[in-house]
Amino acid sequence: MNRIYPSAEDALKGLLAPEMTLCVGGFGICGIPERLIDAVLASGVGQLTVVSNNCGIDNVGLGKLLRAGRIAKMIASYVGENKEFERQYLSGELALEFSPQGTLAERLRAGGAGIQAFFTRTGVGTEVAEGKPHETFDGEVSVMERAIRGDLALIKGWKADTAGNIVFRKTARNFNQVTGTAALVCVAEVEEIVPAGAIDPDHVHLPGIYVKRVICGAPYEKQIEFRTVRAAEEVA
Amino acid sequence: MSWTREDIARRAAAELGDGFYVNLGIGIPTMVANNIPEGLDVTLQSENGLLGIGPFPTENEVDPDLINAGKQTITDLPGSSYFSSADSFAMIRGGHVDLSILGAMEVSSNGDIANWMIPGKMIKGMGGAMDLVAGVKRVIVAMEHCSRDGLPKFVDRCALPLTGQGVVDMLITDLAVFKRENRTSPFRLIEMAPGVSAKEIGDKTIAHYLT
Repeated sequence: MNRIYPSAEDALKGLLAPEMTLCVGGFGICGIPERLIDAVLASGVGQLTVVSNNCGIDNVGLGKLLRAGRIAKMIASYVGENKEFERQYLSGELALEFSPQGTLAERLRAGGAGIQAFFTRTGVGTEVAEGKPHETFDGEVSVMERAIRGDLALIKGWKADTAGNIVFRKTARNFNQVTGTAALVCVAEVEEIVPAGAIDPDHVHLPGIYVKRVICGAPYEKQIEFRTVRAAEEVA
Repeated sequence: MSWTREDIARRAAAELGDGFYVNLGIGIPTMVANNIPEGLDVTLQSENGLLGIGPFPTENEVDPDLINAGKQTITDLPGSSYFSSADSFAMIRGGHVDLSILGAMEVSSNGDIANWMIPGKMIKGMGGAMDLVAGVKRVIVAMEHCSRDGLPKFVDRCALPLTGQGVVDMLITDLAVFKRENRTSPFRLIEMAPGVSAKEIGDKTIAHYLT
């Protein structure tokens, strides 16, 4: 079975439909599947439910889909630094479900792992827990959170091998690993594709069983949201 | 004379212990990193997936794949580790992180905290704050005593949507330090900034606390 596709457009062929649920990796604009997001945009598909920790920033990453009016509902933990998001939400064009970051990660993990729901102390006594079942375990009140299972997961890795095994790099791993497990089909874009055997099996972060299609999106010009530096002479 | 933001950060840093794993929020809490007492081995956790946050990079070291939870470029250190968001919050909820220091818009008498939303005004989201206050062993709030409009932020009941209920263990402001024995006991005023009177603190606080 060939998993390697020549372009993002090819890799998404037959997988996109209106009103589908897309799970997208990344944190802010770090480790976002930008080629795949661009291809979703170019396809014209809309009325999407998007599950992602953030919604990119204005006109970067998922911010492009947002600006084009393709997202009907967003499930996220943080949408700051995005004026267009705020505008669409306040005008009622966009539905929004806030999920605490750890709860969101666990809902995706549970979705990928065949767990229907779980209980957590996170959010108890806050609006997030309103209307959800509660249970007390060992004297601690917990709230039930449902798993998330998407139709399609889009992730960004560093390297993939031809067997679909993925290695992430530094904090670009973030939500990508767990998002890759949480949908019926996962498409990954990476910076380099290597032959099976070139990645030490001990170093695989996301096994190929989850990853149905892979593209190489290189070369990348990765953007930085807040560039903070120190003076070189301070180096010890 | 009240404490400066740097003073607040330094006071919060005095709560660190050797071998601690610590998560720092944005604002004054971030400044705690520059005030870690000499000789203490403290590991900073970044909830986007790093244990062992190093200093900001030099121009040559800047790496878009290496950022903190505030999306700033950072570095790692010898002994650092990277992990997924699911693993990151497993260690947070699982009580493996010793201390969380974060800012707040309101703290209440019973330790409720509100710091993620102003209805109709600020729609950003809670990020990892709800998980941190619910899961980390000890929670310290470092904030200005009053809002920009001069209104008390240490109140009897939070008016803003909560981030967590009854979770704050210690509160450090520019005027004073409040602490409580456990999460069912009341706060006690334990320190005052130099030149700040108990009366001034009382006048600028709505919350109930012991003296």
